[in-house]
Amino acid sequence: MTTETTNRMDLTFRKLKEEGRTALIPFLTVGDPDLETTLAIIAELEAAGADILELGVPYSDPLADGPVIQRASSRALRGNIHLRTCMETALKARQAGSKLPFILFTYYNPVMQMGLDNFFSLLDAHEISGLIIPDLPVEESADMRERSRTAGVNLIPLVAPTSSERIARIVSGASGFVYCVSSLGVTGERSSFHTGVDEFIASVRQATDLPVAVGFGISTAEQVARFARICDGVVVGSAIVRKVEDVIPLLDNPATRSEGLLQIREFVAQLKP
Amino acid sequence: MIQVPDKNGRFGSFGGRFVPETLMNALIELEEAYNKFSADPAFQKEVDYLLKQYSGRETPLYYAERLSKHLGEAKIYLKREDLNHTGAHKINNAIGQGILAKLMGKTKVIAETGAGQHGVATATVAALLGMECKVFMGEEDTRRQALNVFRMKLLGAEVIPVTSGSRTLKDAGNEALRYWVSNVEDTFYVLGSAVGPHPYPMMVRNFQRIIGDETRRQILEAEGRLPDLLVAAVGGGSNAIGMFYPFMEDEQVGMIGVEAAGKGVDTPFHAATMSKGTQGVFQGSLSYLLQDEHGQVQEAHSISAGLDYPGVGPEHSYLKDVHRAQYVPVTDDEALEALKLLCVTEGIIPALESAHAIAHVTKLGPTLTKDDIVVICLSGRGDKDVESIMAYTEGAGK
Repeated sequence: MTTETTNRMDLTFRKLKEEGRTALIPFLTVGDPDLETTLAIIAELEAAGADILELGVPYSDPLADGPVIQRASSRALRGNIHLRTCMETALKARQAGSKLPFILFTYYNPVMQMGLDNFFSLLDAHEISGLIIPDLPVEESADMRERSRTAGVNLIPLVAPTSSERIARIVSGASGFVYCVSSLGVTGERSSFHTGVDEFIASVRQATDLPVAVGFGISTAEQVARFARICDGVVVGSAIVRKVEDVIPLLDNPATRSEGLLQIREFVAQLKP
Repeated sequence: MIQVPDKNGRFGSFGGRFVPETLMNALIELEEAYNKFSADPAFQKEVDYLLKQYSGRETPLYYAERLSKHLGEAKIYLKREDLNHTGAHKINNAIGQGILAKLMGKTKVIAETGAGQHGVATATVAALLGMECKVFMGEEDTRRQALNVFRMKLLGAEVIPVTSGSRTLKDAGNEALRYWVSNVEDTFYVLGSAVGPHPYPMMVRNFQRIIGDETRRQILEAEGRLPDLLVAAVGGGSNAIGMFYPFMEDEQVGMIGVEAAGKGVDTPFHAATMSKGTQGVFQGSLSYLLQDEHGQVQEAHSISAGLDYPGVGPEHSYLKDVHRAQYVPVTDDEALEALKLLCVTEGIIPALESAHAIAHVTKLGPTLTKDDIVVICLSGRGDKDVESIMAYTEGAGK
């Protein structure tokens, strides 16, 4: 992270550090249940105190995701939501006044099919500050890293409790922040984390000067608070996507739509560390 | 031919390891263990012992005289992988990976299965080696292959019906990978085809190459020369790559992989990855893939559950692009006709998967001459399919 960075995510982490706060990073599946609602939910998340937002691109074969995000992906795909639509949604959210840094969470294949030249040429104009590509380990990411650097977009690396001696290699040359996977397994709420998760996060901290965030399975305010003590950011995904799923009947009915949105906002607000 | 795969698991530009970071250490550990043990004569001896005394290898290379005469002048041989214990070539790989799992100290194995053949093979080897076994199987396939589900349960395995996506082989593979991500520390994933992240495509090929190694020896014994053509069905492509690999340097030996055209390659209902697919990343490797313009993986369709898969092994994609092997589609109807033909000419009921390979040879029949020698990999027996064939011929099939 250079001092003259203009990357919105880097600026956010810098500000949070000055304030001594931990970033709350919610995840949403774009287009679940539809694009208009996604834009409305983004506004609610911002009002609830989100600091950075992960926008999940729906995918037919989401290997790293548990049942909650799989279902959200299926719902979004029925609405014909694709990588390009997700980028356009980020831009629309910005035009509607959102100040949040946006991270695009996408599997590699949709990016490959769009073509890397095309993909990278669109990111900046669509207000994307960072990328998470869960099925692109460091061995396969040389080209993407180089292109991200050139484009001024952070390619966020994931490290897992099983990464051990790989950690140094993964974080070297990374930008944005380092995403620690809290436990073995796919995304989804859980009551316990990998034994040794604290040592794991500490070892990541030692290996990098970048902000360190944790995600996968974090679903309650208690869990957020637990990790906020040792991390610069906490990602909450499935719990929010499940909340959206729960209130779809409310969102679908014009008479109760604002009640549905309010429930999402309140859920996220109480997570705030 | 250049040596493939390279150290990153690339066959030319295909293959690689496109998986969540959580799995990377496990894949590296697996690769190291495989490299270590496969160089150890004691490991090979144990595999060979079980292949011979337990599975009944070597399998015959049978001259199908009546089929040959029916089709024309060429001599057609069948490599009888259907005569293996559990009824298909899948056991070759399951024995290899099972012993590897044991040597790595893993006590639990998981597998994905489509037709159920690989699931049965893995359940069998798990029972033999005293390991706990879970098999992921698409719910749609558990219905199509109910007999194999019961077989796996008899063998002590737990069968987990997968209800996501198209509820077939691709989804079973996704779910097995997801389970493995969560249980990577004590579980070995016995992957059934030459697909997935490195080192699986290489490892499965090497465990299946016994098909081609035996065929080479047997045909030289029977005919005094190598065959002109090898034909094998390709879903993920493990029996085909096992048959092809030992002949790779023999330029006079042609190779044809036969994929499932379902209701036809011009309909939306096929599994013809090579004929209709484009390059993409799926289940951990870069290969040809049935997908839409946005990179969403499409559902495959075939009467054969074992070929009902939108991907294909990366080495096959490589062989296609360097023109070492050719890939052709065969429809459900053509496969069924071929199945019936083999039944009445030779008294052998082939698996629906293998029937695709036979069907292509029936099409080639008139173009072949009396000097041609063709070897078909009869990858499995058809007992498991009798019910779905009955349903299909009575018009109740899908």
